[in-house]
Amino acid sequence: MGKISIKTIVAIGIGAAVFVILARFVALPTGIPNTTIQTAYAFLALMAVVFGPIAGGLIGFIGHTLTDATAYGSVWWSWVFVSLFIGFFIGLVANKINIDSGILGAKQIITFNIIQAIVQAIGWGLLAPALDVLIYAEPANKVFVQGAVAGISNIITVGVIGTILLIAYAKTRSQSNSLSKE
Amino acid sequence: MKKPIIEFSNFTFKYRSQTEPTLVDINLKIYEGEKVLIVGPSGSGKSTLAHCINGLVPFSYKGDIHGSLLIKDKESKDMDIFSISKLVGTVLQDPDGQFIGLSVGEDIAFALENDEVSQEHMTRQVVDVSKLVGMEENIESSIHQLSGGQKQRVSLGGVMVDQVDILLFDEPLANLDPATGKLAISLIDRVQKETDTTVIIIEHRLEDVLHSDVDRIIVVDDGRIVSDSTPDELLSSTVLESSDIREPLYIKALKYAGCAITAEMNPSHLNTLKLDDCKNKLIQWFEATTQNEINEKASPILVLEDVTFGYEQSKNNIHNISFSVNKGEMVSIVGKNGAGKSTLSKLICGFEKVKSGRILFNGEDITKDTIHERSQRIGMVMQNPNQMISKHMIVDEVALGLVMRGVPENEIKERVEKTLKVCGLYPFRNWPISALSFGQKKRVTIASILVLNPEVLILDEPTAGQDFRHYTEIMEFLVELNHNGVTIIMITHDMHLMLEYTPHAIAITDGRIIADSSAVDVITNDTVIEKANLKKTSLFDLAVKAGIGNPKEFVTRFISFDKEVRKNGSGNAFIY
Amino acid sequence: MAAEMLSYIERKSPIHDLSGVTKLIIFLMWSTAAMLTYDTRVLLFLLVMSITVFIISKISIRDIAFVLIFILSFLLLNNIAIYIFSPQEGVKIYGTSHVLFEIAGRYNVTLEQLFYQLNITLKYFVVIPAALLFIVTTHPSEFAASLNRIGINYKIAFSVSLALRYIPDIQRDFRTIAQSQQARGIDLSGNEKLLKRAKNATSIIMPLILSSLDRIEVISNALELRGFGKNKKRTWYSAKQLKRADYITVLMGGIILIVSLVITFHDGSRFYNPFN
Repeated sequence: MGKISIKTIVAIGIGAAVFVILARFVALPTGIPNTTIQTAYAFLALMAVVFGPIAGGLIGFIGHTLTDATAYGSVWWSWVFVSLFIGFFIGLVANKINIDSGILGAKQIITFNIIQAIVQAIGWGLLAPALDVLIYAEPANKVFVQGAVAGISNIITVGVIGTILLIAYAKTRSQSNSLSKE
Repeated sequence: MKKPIIEFSNFTFKYRSQTEPTLVDINLKIYEGEKVLIVGPSGSGKSTLAHCINGLVPFSYKGDIHGSLLIKDKESKDMDIFSISKLVGTVLQDPDGQFIGLSVGEDIAFALENDEVSQEHMTRQVVDVSKLVGMEENIESSIHQLSGGQKQRVSLGGVMVDQVDILLFDEPLANLDPATGKLAISLIDRVQKETDTTVIIIEHRLEDVLHSDVDRIIVVDDGRIVSDSTPDELLSSTVLESSDIREPLYIKALKYAGCAITAEMNPSHLNTLKLDDCKNKLIQWFEATTQNEINEKASPILVLEDVTFGYEQSKNNIHNISFSVNKGEMVSIVGKNGAGKSTLSKLICGFEKVKSGRILFNGEDITKDTIHERSQRIGMVMQNPNQMISKHMIVDEVALGLVMRGVPENEIKERVEKTLKVCGLYPFRNWPISALSFGQKKRVTIASILVLNPEVLILDEPTAGQDFRHYTEIMEFLVELNHNGVTIIMITHDMHLMLEYTPHAIAITDGRIIADSSAVDVITNDTVIEKANLKKTSLFDLAVKAGIGNPKEFVTRFISFDKEVRKNGSGNAFIY
Repeated sequence: MAAEMLSYIERKSPIHDLSGVTKLIIFLMWSTAAMLTYDTRVLLFLLVMSITVFIISKISIRDIAFVLIFILSFLLLNNIAIYIFSPQEGVKIYGTSHVLFEIAGRYNVTLEQLFYQLNITLKYFVVIPAALLFIVTTHPSEFAASLNRIGINYKIAFSVSLALRYIPDIQRDFRTIAQSQQARGIDLSGNEKLLKRAKNATSIIMPLILSSLDRIEVISNALELRGFGKNKKRTWYSAKQLKRADYITVLMGGIILIVSLVITFHDGSRFYNPFN
């Protein structure tokens, strides 16, 4: 833990703050009751890919905790834990994608989406409901349906918006020394 | 002779990501207890020079170093950033980035916390330092209650607490209103005298820094030191003009009057300046110059009637504001930080809803119109272009607003191309925006609003952070737009801008209008200057000093003369 | 856009005087107790304690009304959802079925289901005052110091304090960006198709991300220039000294946690069953 760079620490702090703002203000209604498109997770995925697993996990954890705390005055640990899990495991593919090189081909996009789908399916579909049953003894069928709905919507959100953000970010990193005026 | 504390010898630095070195063969000695100003246009390498002194180069920004840089007799590249930070305290340009604590005390204590100083000692040292920077009343205050000037005081306190030998200020005036900037310069001066530190200031607002004495001015251009002299020597040379740095206005006036400026005249300060035979030249020039402005009466395009607004129910930020802007005008809105200038522009664009009062556009009440409806007529360009840009390519960014409005594709193409040509961006149209300079990005954001054909364009600090060349480019571009019929309203702290470009100025303090008149009237009125945190132009004082009976008229004639000179190119500057 | 953020509320009270570390430990113990137990007697006891502490803190209901409304509506929806998905959950847990009245099919109302749902609601109610109090009575400056004190790496603790410091700034950035994009016709409301809306959202998120990345750069430089991270440890200007009241509070909290766990688990089940 002693080796985390200062930039990563700042990225965690600022990333968590942006997560809170997106979670509070940029949740798009889907038309299905109680289900919103949480753009915060698309952002989390991008930060995880750019800054790696520790930053990803902690942005998810701190960001989600602060979102809950400032909005509800309490923290739903079972779901907060899932945000940590997702940020961390998406961050593990950071090296494979190497987004700062500015090259983001179809291969990297597919890798990213496979990983994010698997990680979120496990996180929302299994972990969150299991923890809910364990901690709150909520009815299993209820929490699994909730988890599935959240999982599907977040997988799509990260798949669409997250991918757009990745592409846009990669473009800003691309080499631009071959430019000429026309 | 004092000992050198910083010594560059044959120093060259190249960033790892670049092909050309940013600093070339720098030889520079700065002595203990000196106060040195480093000036230079954007991209000249002056910030890199600062980064070399505080250790960000090469420890955060990697690259190749040739030659040597000694700080207190130690080779800097053999030290680490932490030991350099014990010697050099840096106050960064952006107080919001530098101020990392939640309260004043906490932020000042930051460096001590990292040194594991005990709480008891920390509390004592924080009190001492906060007295030095004049913040002892606010130790408990939260960051969000402070003004820009106060934040900067705290930033200074935060580096003073380390008892550094060298204080480095990176563009300390960039975010401050004129009066606060003046205070900041005096504070730096006082702190230096009390603590006997070496002070290095990087800034391009030369006239404002010269408010207090500096020992030497280093001019950097294109990675090299082009001048290293006393202020008096520098102002009597031609270095400033050739390096695109703005001369103090009183110097420019003297040059227009045909005075040869010499170091013996003490030109670095208006108070100490010896006018002698220049006095007559100035008077002659004043009498020979006429004002050739024709004030045509135009119809009002934007009218505010008794507008009141508050972010909270119980408190109002804008009180009964009424004013009128005529078609084809160029207007500036000035006032101290937090006076309500930005809020006012948001009300005009409909970003916020007025509590009471009316807003009229061409005589039609638009108070109830939505953001979208108003955006057809009034365009708003934000201060920070990074807050507006969301596309990768310039053409896409400029087209965005039209695409959103569902304009047919061929029309989009035509309008975007036309706008890009007007904005001088056409040659770059297929470039990624990330490859552009800050000033070019600003143009992109202006283009992206302009393409929607607004009749009124509001710009928030259009020239903030720009050097003289870019400033002139942007402003001349806006003048051209203005001639094509766009009414332009600018929110600004820049007194030069207001004086040179906007005949009409509105000054705001605490959400109320305190002056709505000509720019010259505003900037020569002591009451308004004091209330709105402005600064009197040195032209006025020069005229008083020369014994010209009507100093206000002198300012007016200077501005109109200056405009002619610029219009005809600087070649005619000395002919009258 | 008027969504409020819960934050520190300045008052003079014994709860405010406690160190942030104490409150953090109590909050964690309290949450643990409430998470693990399903024993109605323990929950009721904890609830009474919570409310008492809340009154001592001099925080009024008005201060936190907007959050309370949020939570209450969440609990109501959650209870309805539980009943719809699993009307026989109580019967399953307590093993008996005292039917009050029938509705249709498997949907009837039993004492067991009511009691089970009462317990779930109680669990939430026990945690809410503790969490709320922790948030509104601990000065944000103290957060990082407290986290570091209970053993969390100081750099990570500091990143929490950075987040708290910059949330208002980023909220302001966001507002500015959203407004200027709206003026160009970008619409996030329900008038657009979902995919279009998602694309529109990126035109707001992207500038926010890019300006935040700039911010990260500037702040990293500032931290580095001010010696952050040079040592293995650091001290905290805003840390509160632990006083006698702190030790007593933590001790009492520990006793309550242990006693409630003993009562809960001594019969081998976390549920208190009044039906046997």
